[in-house]
Amino acid sequence: MKRKKPEGQITKIPLKQRRRTFTEVSRGFSLPEALKEACRCLQCKEPMCKAGCPAGIDIKEFIRLIQEKNYMGAVKKIKETNNLPGVCGRVCPQEEQCQLYCILKNKGNAIKIGYLERFVADWELEHAVQYRVAHIQQQKPTKVAVIGSGPAGLTCAADLVQEGFEVHLFEALHKPGGVLVYGIPEFRLPKHIVNEEVDYIESLGVAVHKNFLVGRTKTIDELKNEGFKAFFIGVGAGAPKFLGIPGEILNGVYSANEFLTRVNLMKGYRFPEYDTPVTVGKIVGVFGGGNVAFDCARSALRLGAAKVCMIYRRTETEMPARDEEIENAKEEGIKLRLLVSPKEFIADKKGNIKGVRCIKNKLGEPDSSGRRSPVPIQGSKFTIKIDTAIVAIGTMANPLLLQTIPGLELTSKGYINVNDNYQTSVPDIFAGGDIVSGSATVISAIQQAKLAAKSIKDYLSASGA
Amino acid sequence: MKILTKEILAQTSDTRITKIEIEAPLIAKKVQAGQFVLLMVTEKGERIPLTVVGNDPQRESITLIFQEVGYSTKILGTLNIEDSLYALVGPLGHPTPIKNYGRILVIGGGVGIAEILPVAKALKEAGNVVYSILGARTKELLILKNEIKSYSDNLYIATDDGSLGQKGFVSNILEKILKEDKDFQLVYCVGPVPMMKVVSNVTRPYKIKTLVCLNAIMLDATGMCGGCRLIEGGKVKFCCVDGPEFNGHEVDFDELMHRQGRFINEEKVSLRKLKHKCKLDSGKKK
Ligand SMILES: Cc1cc2nc3c(=O)[nH]c(=O)nc-3n(C[C@H](O)[C@H](O)[C@H](O)COP(=O)(O)OP(=O)(O)OC[C@H]3O[C@@H](n4cnc5c(N)ncnc54)[C@H](O)[C@@H]3O)c2cc1C
Repeated sequence: MKRKKPEGQITKIPLKQRRRTFTEVSRGFSLPEALKEACRCLQCKEPMCKAGCPAGIDIKEFIRLIQEKNYMGAVKKIKETNNLPGVCGRVCPQEEQCQLYCILKNKGNAIKIGYLERFVADWELEHAVQYRVAHIQQQKPTKVAVIGSGPAGLTCAADLVQEGFEVHLFEALHKPGGVLVYGIPEFRLPKHIVNEEVDYIESLGVAVHKNFLVGRTKTIDELKNEGFKAFFIGVGAGAPKFLGIPGEILNGVYSANEFLTRVNLMKGYRFPEYDTPVTVGKIVGVFGGGNVAFDCARSALRLGAAKVCMIYRRTETEMPARDEEIENAKEEGIKLRLLVSPKEFIADKKGNIKGVRCIKNKLGEPDSSGRRSPVPIQGSKFTIKIDTAIVAIGTMANPLLLQTIPGLELTSKGYINVNDNYQTSVPDIFAGGDIVSGSATVISAIQQAKLAAKSIKDYLSASGA
Repeated sequence: MKILTKEILAQTSDTRITKIEIEAPLIAKKVQAGQFVLLMVTEKGERIPLTVVGNDPQRESITLIFQEVGYSTKILGTLNIEDSLYALVGPLGHPTPIKNYGRILVIGGGVGIAEILPVAKALKEAGNVVYSILGARTKELLILKNEIKSYSDNLYIATDDGSLGQKGFVSNILEKILKEDKDFQLVYCVGPVPMMKVVSNVTRPYKIKTLVCLNAIMLDATGMCGGCRLIEGGKVKFCCVDGPEFNGHEVDFDELMHRQGRFINEEKVSLRKLKHKCKLDSGKKK
């Protein structure tokens, strides 16, 4: 199946360099390019793009400000609704959101809203005139705890601190950012961008507590006793899923989480300058077909693998990854082995992985996800030689914190049950992001966190805080 | 995260066992026997788990004891009083189930002796009759003898070279004890993986519950990465959140040993880097 090419062409760093370094692939817009692109915007009377943005950014207005060369004004406009423009400009699936609704889309060339968002965010960083919210309301003495510093936690913390609450953000790892720092690789989302946007949120007055695992370092009940009046849980869907096939414990088999954390958070790609190693063999097999799988495959290539193939049980059409990522990966020489399911990892004499037994599939009826499901073909077993395997078939809820909260209702899959206001079964605990929706997107985590922040504010004012 | 005190407990020509007391108010208040912390020495460092050997809520500190074997423990060993860690998180893992089992055997090998100390103490205080067996390569490396003794009704010692106690392994002593007296309700054992494997094999026919404390390679230690997975009773478990203690009769020790060698080549690279750095440093001093 052939896919449409992603809209327009953005300059990328040369392929040769791309394959071996973690430098950001997409160069983004230069100033003249951004201006030209912004000026294509028709400034519709009733713009549809905004409705396509889960966070509801006033897209028309920020583009108008770019047209006027008021870049500062444009960033300011975005930050009224989204505190992570540099991140979202890079990783949002705009082609399925704002850009899908752009009136010019019908003419085959939607405004590249994502690249414009990225442009103004980068413009602000370059000009080092970090815009600060001038009107932080008088500090209320009410303490709110935000748990987890991914996009959901960062957003909720930023919104509540701007409402004047005393906000404490707790993060288990040594760096805030969640998936943005441990999952998404440097070549798609440079870490200095994440750090700058996190610093900005900290500068609004959020107290960040790193190396603090809520549930272990302190429980929610203990925090309650210390005077916290409301909680937001944004701990993500951090637990890795495995294939559940024989041989998964062999050396050379990574979960995507482990592999990416070694590469990104621990900077394993700069070993031995950084102390944490991450190794790939000559032939790497990546299992899965989502963004995470592509990030793993492209990272493995950059770590020096001679060959990287992605093993996916359906066809390219059903792959959940963004078109842009699939395109990038193919350009870089990553091979897709489609309609193939792994059945068993095989070991060499030393107990290291040397291959994977697979079975071929054909496409059957659509399943609950609406995608055509793979049906194994009898007698089609075969072996693929690989010496590194990365399992990227998704994540699930990590029960560590949740099981320490009495009365917290979970869904059958272990995610947190919330009402329309993102309130959990425990009235002073709210939740949002991947721990509510299951693995989704940065922008959907932001959207949920914004709604939760509003509910927390309402809840606290109703309870007289 | 500042180092308050530091003491070299044992030293031979090739290794050291070092004790440090670290400022950690929250962990000091919370930690229970059997739990561990995860630390980073520098921003570029590895995340390494270490068992909490002691805590003092008044001094707001915890005590760690480690043998300087690998690259990261050697780097940790270079820190001095007043130096700070880059990161420290905890307490992690499940605490040891402490209750009155009756008569118990605690067994520690090498730096594992440090890890059985808080457990021996807690189990003694819970009313157990405590038999302790300690083992080390040689006399100089047998640490905390007096501390363990103070929580023991009976103390046995084995060294590989016979320089202290009986010549041989802790498992030899264990076998002898069990031959004469099977009335033990728990064996708790920490040490090198081969030792825990042998001890578990010795207690298996006697059907005495045997807990071993395992140290798989970890990264986040919150259940996020799955790097520390091991097999217990045929099922995959995460050492960080399901452990660190497991049923010794059900652990696949060979698999564990194999996984501990995952980055053995990279470890060599790091150690060379350290040697080079030390040379440079000593060059500077001259
Ligand atoms: C490799 C990868 C690539 C992706 N690519 C894209 C993309 O291109 N575009 C896109 O939109 N989305 C992408 N996603 C999805 C997106 O990153 C997530 O949907 C989003 O990060 C979810 O945000 P969150 O705030 O809910 O959780 P997370 O980002 O997972 O953050 C949760 C944080 O909570 C911390 N935490 C957990 N438990 C505790 C505790 N008990 N105490 C304290 N802290 C705790 C964790 O350490 C973590 O830092 C990708 C995901 C991955 C893994």
